[in-house]
Parts: sequence; C-alpha cells; structure tokens
Amino acid sequence: MLSRVADSLYWMSRYFERADHCARVLEANYNLMLNPSKASTEERWHRIMASLGIAATAGGIDPQMAMIKLTSDPGEESSIASCIAESRENAGQVREQISSEMWEHLNRLYHYVTRANSRLETDSDPLRLLVAVREGSYQFRGVTAATMSHGEGWQFIQLGKYMERSCALPVLLDAYFSTAGEADDLDWVGLLASCAAFESYCKVYTADLKPDSMAEFLVLNPEFPYSVRYAVERMNEAIAAISKTSFTHETRRIERIAGRLRAFLAYAQITEIMTRGLHRYLKNVIEQCKSLHAAVHEVYIDYPIQSALEA
Amino acid sequence: MPAPFSEYEIDAAYDEMFRPGGRPRPHYKNLYNQLLNLPSEELHRSKKEADLSFFNQGITFTVYGRAESTEQIFPNDLLPRIISSAEWATIERGLTQRITALNLFLADVYHERRILKDRVIPGEIIYTCKHFRRQMHGVRVPRDVYISVAGTDLIRLPDGSFVVLEDNLRVPSGVSYMLTSRKVMKQIFPALFRKCGVRPIEQYSQALFSTLRSLAPEGRSTIVLLTPGVYNSAYFEHAFLARQMGIELVEGRDLVVHDNRVYMRTTSGLQRVDVIYRRVDDDFVDPLAFRVDSSLGVAGLFNAYRAGNVVLANALGTGVADDKAIYSYVPKIIRYYLGEDPVVDNVETFLMTDRAQREHVCGNLEKYVVKAVGESGGYGMLIGPHSSSAQRAEFRDRILADPRNYIAQPTLTLSAAPCFMDGRIEPRHVDLRPYVLFGEKVTIVPGGLTRVALRKGSLVVNSSQGGGSKDTWVLQN
Repeated sequence: MLSRVADSLYWMSRYFERADHCARVLEANYNLMLNPSKASTEERWHRIMASLGIAATAGGIDPQMAMIKLTSDPGEESSIASCIAESRENAGQVREQISSEMWEHLNRLYHYVTRANSRLETDSDPLRLLVAVREGSYQFRGVTAATMSHGEGWQFIQLGKYMERSCALPVLLDAYFSTAGEADDLDWVGLLASCAAFESYCKVYTADLKPDSMAEFLVLNPEFPYSVRYAVERMNEAIAAISKTSFTHETRRIERIAGRLRAFLAYAQITEIMTRGLHRYLKNVIEQCKSLHAAVHEVYIDYPIQSALEA
Repeated sequence: MPAPFSEYEIDAAYDEMFRPGGRPRPHYKNLYNQLLNLPSEELHRSKKEADLSFFNQGITFTVYGRAESTEQIFPNDLLPRIISSAEWATIERGLTQRITALNLFLADVYHERRILKDRVIPGEIIYTCKHFRRQMHGVRVPRDVYISVAGTDLIRLPDGSFVVLEDNLRVPSGVSYMLTSRKVMKQIFPALFRKCGVRPIEQYSQALFSTLRSLAPEGRSTIVLLTPGVYNSAYFEHAFLARQMGIELVEGRDLVVHDNRVYMRTTSGLQRVDVIYRRVDDDFVDPLAFRVDSSLGVAGLFNAYRAGNVVLANALGTGVADDKAIYSYVPKIIRYYLGEDPVVDNVETFLMTDRAQREHVCGNLEKYVVKAVGESGGYGMLIGPHSSSAQRAEFRDRILADPRNYIAQPTLTLSAAPCFMDGRIEPRHVDLRPYVLFGEKVTIVPGGLTRVALRKGSLVVNSSQGGGSKDTWVLQN
C-alpha cells in the first residue's frame, strides 16, 4: 500500500475519533451543567477545556460562545466541525481506497455539521448537533467495518482510531483527577458519561463512585472499549497485522514500543499507580503513545530513502 | 414527421439518423422504431434513471476558473449515436494509419530528422512548437512507440465523410465517460442492445493494460498511473482507470528517483516502478528537466527515463505531433512514411505563418474558426460567424503579434444526431472521439466518446463549454 494512502487513512480515522470524543465530552457536560454545583460555570468550562487538551485562554469564558466554538466553529482547530472537515479532507485524498458508503456517510455528516454553524440559536440546538455527531459516528464505524475489506488499509484505520483514543483518554482522566478534591458525585458521573462508561462501570463496581475504582476501570479494564488498556490492546493487534503484510524489518522497532506500552498497562495495579501518582502514570502513557506514533510514521510513511534501499 | 420527432428539423448538416427526405437510415431503424412506440413518459423515466445513475456514481468533471461548486455532473444524452460497421471499418483503418505515421514521425523528429532534411516539413515549424522537447533528442523509447494512447477528434462533414479535426496525443481524457455511459445505457435499453448487435467496448481497460505492459522491460512490469491529484479535472477518470486495471494510482510525491531508478513509497518500503501511465503534462513531470515550479512531478524522473530505467506512456514530446499547425502537414506525413493516401482526411487548414494565407484569413475572419495551436478543450479560439467585431479585432491583433501561434479553419457544420431535450427529440451537433491504443499492435475499441453541443445550433462540444456526451454504438453488421 502506498505510504501516502496509509497516512491519509490513519489521519482520517484519528480526526474522526477526535470529533467523536469531543462530542461525547461536550454532551456529558452539557447535561451536567444543568444541575447547580459548588463550582462556578466558568470553573466547569475550564475543566472541559482541560479535558479536551485545549490550552486555557486568558480571561473569562462565555458558556454559550464556548459551546458554539467547540461544536461548529471552523476557525477553532479542536472543534467538531474542524475535525470532521479534516477527516473528510483525508478521506477525499483516498476516495478510491475507501468504500463509497463510507464516503457518503462521512460527507453527509460533514455537511450537517458545517451547515449547523449558522443555525445554533436556541438553547437545545447544540445538544441536537452533539447527538447527531454521536449517532453519525456509530454509523460511520459500522459502515466502515461492514463495507471495507479488512486488509492493510483497514488496519491503518484501526490504528488511527485507537491511537487517538489512547492519547485522549489520559488527558481527560488527568483533568478530572487533578481536581478530584472538589469533585462531587455528579462530576464523576460526568467523567463516566464522557467515556460512555456509566452503565458498564456500574455493572462491575455498582453505583458506588470511588475515584480509585473509576481510574481502574477507565485505565486498566481490558474489556471496556473506552479504557486506555483496551485501546492499546487494539493498537497492538493492528500493528501486528500491518507488520505481517509489510516486508520491512524495521517493524520490530514498532512492535517493541507497542508491546512495552501494552505491558505497562497489562501488569499495572491501580493501588500502585495511585500511590505513585496517577498524573505521572498518565503522562508516561501519553509519552509512549507519542513515540509509537513517531515510529509508525518513520517506518511506514516518511522513511529515509537510504534505509529502504538497504532493506 | 411522426410523434416524438414532430419538432425535428433537418438542415444543411449531415443528420446521423435521417436521410434528407426524413426517412431513417438503415442502421438507425431499430432505434427509430423503438422511439415511435415508446410513450414519452417512458423516455422521461429513463432519462431520470440515467441521470440518477450518473449522479450516484459521482461521474463529475471540474471546470476551471469558477469559484462556486466547481464539480459538475457530466451531462449525458439518453439516445445513442449509432455508427454502421462499414463506416467504422473506414474509421478504424484511417486511425490505424494515422497513429502509425505519427509515431514514425515522432521517432524521426527526435532522431534522424529525415523529414526535415527532405524538406517535407519546414524545420522552423518544429523548433518553434511549444511542445517540442529538445531534451528528447536521441532518447530511445521502447518499441519506438511514442503515442500509446490517442484520442482523435473526428467530425462528419455535410457530405457524410468523416474528417480528423484534431489529434490529442498528449494526455487525452474522456474514456471513463465512454465506459460508464455504456454501463448506464445497458441498464436502460437492454432490449435495444439485444436487437441491434452493438459491439462491446468493455475490454478497454484490459486493452490499455496490455498496451502498457507491452512497453515494459522483460520480466519487470510494475505499472502505475500518475495523476496530478484530486484537484485535477480528470481525477475521477484516473481513479476509475487505476481501479479497473488494478494498478496503483500515484501522485508525484509518492515517487522518488534514486540512482536513476524510480520507486514508489509503500508501507513495505520502496517498490521499483517500471511503467508510468502518466496523466500529467510534459511540462510538469520533472521540475529538474522542465518547469521548475511544478510540484506535481518527480525530481529526477527525466534522467531515469533517459537512462531507460522507466517507461512513460505517452512518451515525452508527443505534443509536437498534435500541434495544430503541424496538424496541417499530417497528410504529407502519412504519404512520406507510409507511401499511402490518408484514409481519413484533414480539415482544410490555413497557416498564419504563411503571408498569403494570413492575409486572406485576416480579411475574412467572420468566415473562419481561429485556434491557438497548443490549446485544447475549446479554450483560446474564435468562431468567426458567432463573433463580435471587437473579438475579431482582438484576434487579428493576436494573430499579427504571433502568427506561429494560430491557425484558421473554415467554419464547419458538424453532423447532427437526435437528442432527448426537455421532453422532445431534437437534433444537436456532435463529434466523435475514438481512443486509439498502440503498443505491440494498434487496438481501437469500437466506439468512442460522442460529444454533443447541448445548446441548440451550437458547434462547441467541449465539456468545459456546455457540451455533453452520448453513448456511441458501433454495429456488428
């Protein structure tokens, strides 16, 4: 497969996951903020920004404006609209590689989100948009899995999706746990909802919302799709599948980095992590993801010509 | 005339379907009878079905120079244009002869230059051609095949004879419309296909692939299609052909040249490329050899090509043979290399470099069509009878400023074929572009792209200027 094509599929998928993540976080908080709380609206918005990894802006935050900015502002690079547009742009570069159904779904969602920009007037409009993005993303994933051949290209899509998730979840968790002292039960419900995890969590730990249990569930649970470990396991699978189809011996370097990250999560215990500091642990995960991303890029996408010729 | 043809006017133009008296020509009889018996709602329904099918397949093209929604559906007419087997046999013979002679001409121009030494063509006209590539001098190409893919535009004169209007020998496009419109027509008129005996064209992709493979060196045959990218007007076609042939669709940035060898970057490392079916113009293929500002090409490609390590199809420098001034010499070229008379003639052409011809044309601009020699797609031309005096004055100045850049031809009436327009059947002017492949042998799939000037009375068939297309049926016998 052409490197450029693999790269476009990877980024199409990453941006799509990013839009989906942003929509989920905003939807969870939108509901949450309808309840009164000790924290001011502004403080809560600061946490939303932090949990999406957006640098805090100086000065106050206007809630209505912030919501519009993050959903449909094409000028804001973290907004859902921008991420969907980037995803579509990448898909457009490789239209003949993806199924036409995938293109249709992505295109439709793109038009929905970009046209919404001018229409967010009433109070409930943003919520409607968020729900549409969530449902659109379920459909896109389903269509992708059902209509595209599960070969190398599909593996790059998987890799992009879980790479993005492995990077986004630690940021979200860090934002919540760094302000854990002031958090009440409703805040914790917000965190779980941001990961579509409330029901699944309760099935394992009951409705007893203990920070340690939540951290354990969202970081180390091997079965829940929005846990860090689950995402890393899937990344490992995608990497193994890509290695099989590729002939460069450099793939071992990627497998080593991915395997180490997997072990870092698979053999960790939550008590140990909490004692040493969750923040440090999460930061470590993000660093490892970054080096994995860089290695994938160097081996498959933008390798030096010399190394490839010697191979 | 009877019902669906009640508004059908036959004028001086050759009518593809009707004889001058209004009786259908024999090879159109089946279609004619079908149309007589078909209720007009049925035609409407078919038209909608066809349009939807094109829309869903995303068969679009891009019009340059317009900001708003540049991607448009290619308009397709419902009624096929039919060519009898005898007419086709002549066309096939004529095009085979023509591409053979033009290839010999290119090989000669870039090597011995016998034709110039024998003063059949003035050397000046070759060396002043914008598309002459002096870098190609002495470069041997596989099988001496310069033109592997040609799209020759034919028109039919009022007396019924086909003539060549222009040769497109650089990167001719439109073949994907030919193939997709056939597919749609089969869904819509299955019964008519059964009755008429239409020769198939679906083998085009395989024929193109064999042509490209025949140019590959022994034992190595990685073939790719080089596209300028998604923003090119013909990107749909590039993706379509690559998929049909099962080859990689690459952009310039996917290729690297090392040690005069061309490789593509894949996730499995660098993979050697042997044949490039390039849909990028000469000017842009290599910034080191041609235009330095090109970001579409591959640095070093030309050296790899000259070293014989990669094949380009078409070869570089073929544009010298489809220059509109050199076009006027093609009958002489055919006689010179093959010793035969042209089977399919040229259109009478006036060279503006010739003083007498120039003065004659400039004095009678309202009678002529003036074309820039290196342009295509209907750009840079003046249609005398439909022009204003200001436009004529402007062209006169342009001709005098740069005579080598212009030729003139008499205004020709293209033949007309029945089209389904807003619920009625009316005649519209058409041309014909068959696609000629040349590798080990010459292959011409029976058919081509029939382009239609959709505006009533218009003679301009280019898609960028309001033209459409229709399916072309060549009958078995």
